Amino acid sequence: MRTRIACIASNTFREAVRDRVLYNLIAFALLMSGAAVLVGQISIGIERLVVVNLGLSAISLFGIVIAIFIGIGLVSKEIEKRTLYTVLSRPVGRWEFIVGKFFGLAGTLVVNTGLMAIGVFAALLYVSRALEPAEVWILVGLYFIILQFLMITAIALFFSSFSSPLLSAVFAFSSFVIGSFAEDLHGFADTAQGASRWLATAAAYLVPNFSSLNVITSVAHQQPVTRQLIVSNSLYALVYTGMVLCGAVLIFERRNLK
Amino acid sequence: MAAIEIVGLEKTYHVGFWRKRPKCALRPLDLNVEAGEIFGLLGPNGAGKTTTLKLLMGLVFPTAGSARILGVEINHPGMKAQIGFLPEQPYFYDHLTACELLDYYALLSGVGAKERRRKIDEVLARVGLRDASGLQLRKFSKGMLQRVGIAQAIVHDPRVLFFDEPMSGLDPIGRREVRDLMEELKQQGKTVFFSTHILSDAETLCDRVAILHLGELRGVGAVADLTSSVEGKVEIIWHGSSIPASLKPLTSECHLTGDTVRAIVREANQDAAIDALREQGVRILSLTPVRTSLEEYFVRKLKLSETAAGVGL
Repeated sequence: MRTRIACIASNTFREAVRDRVLYNLIAFALLMSGAAVLVGQISIGIERLVVVNLGLSAISLFGIVIAIFIGIGLVSKEIEKRTLYTVLSRPVGRWEFIVGKFFGLAGTLVVNTGLMAIGVFAALLYVSRALEPAEVWILVGLYFIILQFLMITAIALFFSSFSSPLLSAVFAFSSFVIGSFAEDLHGFADTAQGASRWLATAAAYLVPNFSSLNVITSVAHQQPVTRQLIVSNSLYALVYTGMVLCGAVLIFERRNLK
Repeated sequence: MAAIEIVGLEKTYHVGFWRKRPKCALRPLDLNVEAGEIFGLLGPNGAGKTTTLKLLMGLVFPTAGSARILGVEINHPGMKAQIGFLPEQPYFYDHLTACELLDYYALLSGVGAKERRRKIDEVLARVGLRDASGLQLRKFSKGMLQRVGIAQAIVHDPRVLFFDEPMSGLDPIGRREVRDLMEELKQQGKTVFFSTHILSDAETLCDRVAILHLGELRGVGAVADLTSSVEGKVEIIWHGSSIPASLKPLTSECHLTGDTVRAIVREANQDAAIDALREQGVRILSLTPVRTSLEEYFVRKLKLSETAAGVGL
């Protein structure tokens, strides 16, 4: 079982790499080196803040775009090209296929994020001349970004398991946008009355809460992230990802591959 | 033991967006395929051949009925390690090389690391792709993709093989090679179940065939049995450049080609025809009973089923 999942995951990773997904690193490298050079000229005293903010935001944006646009095709592309037929005619469970695909894309994003993080630290070193101990919170920010990637990958895979790539992209992107305002949705639910209160509360719990995973501003200001937040965010992201993946598996297990 | 047992297998899709209406892709199908035989599933486009294969592969779920392969229910993981499948017009991960693709499929089928390398080399040589093993599949021609498709189906040495239109898109040489490979698989004791609408291939290869039309089984049997229904006529071929006058009333059709003449006569007139030819002193080359070709049988069955469907309407 583990061998088959690992095999599907490594094939997904290899496909992403050979499809030149990691070429986004070039754009990122250009962005970071440009920012590092320019920021020193246009800002005084806040170079570090700008580099961290820009770097982490770019990592998040690039990763989300990759997660959505590759995630939505993970299942539908395999059906469309009929590559799935030769995989599922072997002793491979449909759930193993979904889980393998998830780990493959998640692995791609982790590697991509790791390489981009090196770029951020290099730019930071260039503008600050030295790294301070408080920069460790950048690692926590990166960890939270990866948790977001896991959630959005699972969401894209979920929609991909039953709808077309276009609809999956719309649904996954909407989930990301709404999820980024999940805290506001909770706030609205607290102030609303009657049915709208129930609806807002349900929506607030249903959509992924990306706002609590966004600590870019605070780590850019070298503010510490509490251990409690790290634990609760980790648990939340893992449970949410697991549930969405279970949903994708349940749907895919019953799907006729016409 | 039957390699494939299909009992009342049926598939109805529900089409439409709002008002879903049923569309029957396969009416209850009962079929047995014996171990070691080459079995052809024939039918025009839309007959239900691919649906049958997809049901057997567990890609779509039956509305009713069941099927067993090697005595085990379809979808059982243990059974799936024993089967190989080539889909129609295969398309594979084009970022992989042929070697990497076969390694991927062999690994998914549970072939051990040591055996994999040897089997991949063996299979690539067998389908004539040894020289292209390091080439990415995006650079492969249609015929090469069909070959790599066959290679992935046999790389784990399965006992039962399912091919969906294996000859489609191949040139005459490619078709010949696939036919030879299927014969070879049969000699190794494998069971081959394939769908096709190229009747000459089925006639050459198959031990038995089944004819599907509009999702319904219209006929099944050994090719020899289906085509042996003698039409009560014989074909006589002799050396010569003319048709004796005494023979003309006995023949239903006559063809002159170069220095040979071919005539069809009723069996009852066979002796009289031979006597007429001997009187002329011509050399008779052959005398063979006229048999129904698979194509004729197929067309007849299809016409019958279309007439029946028309009556039903």
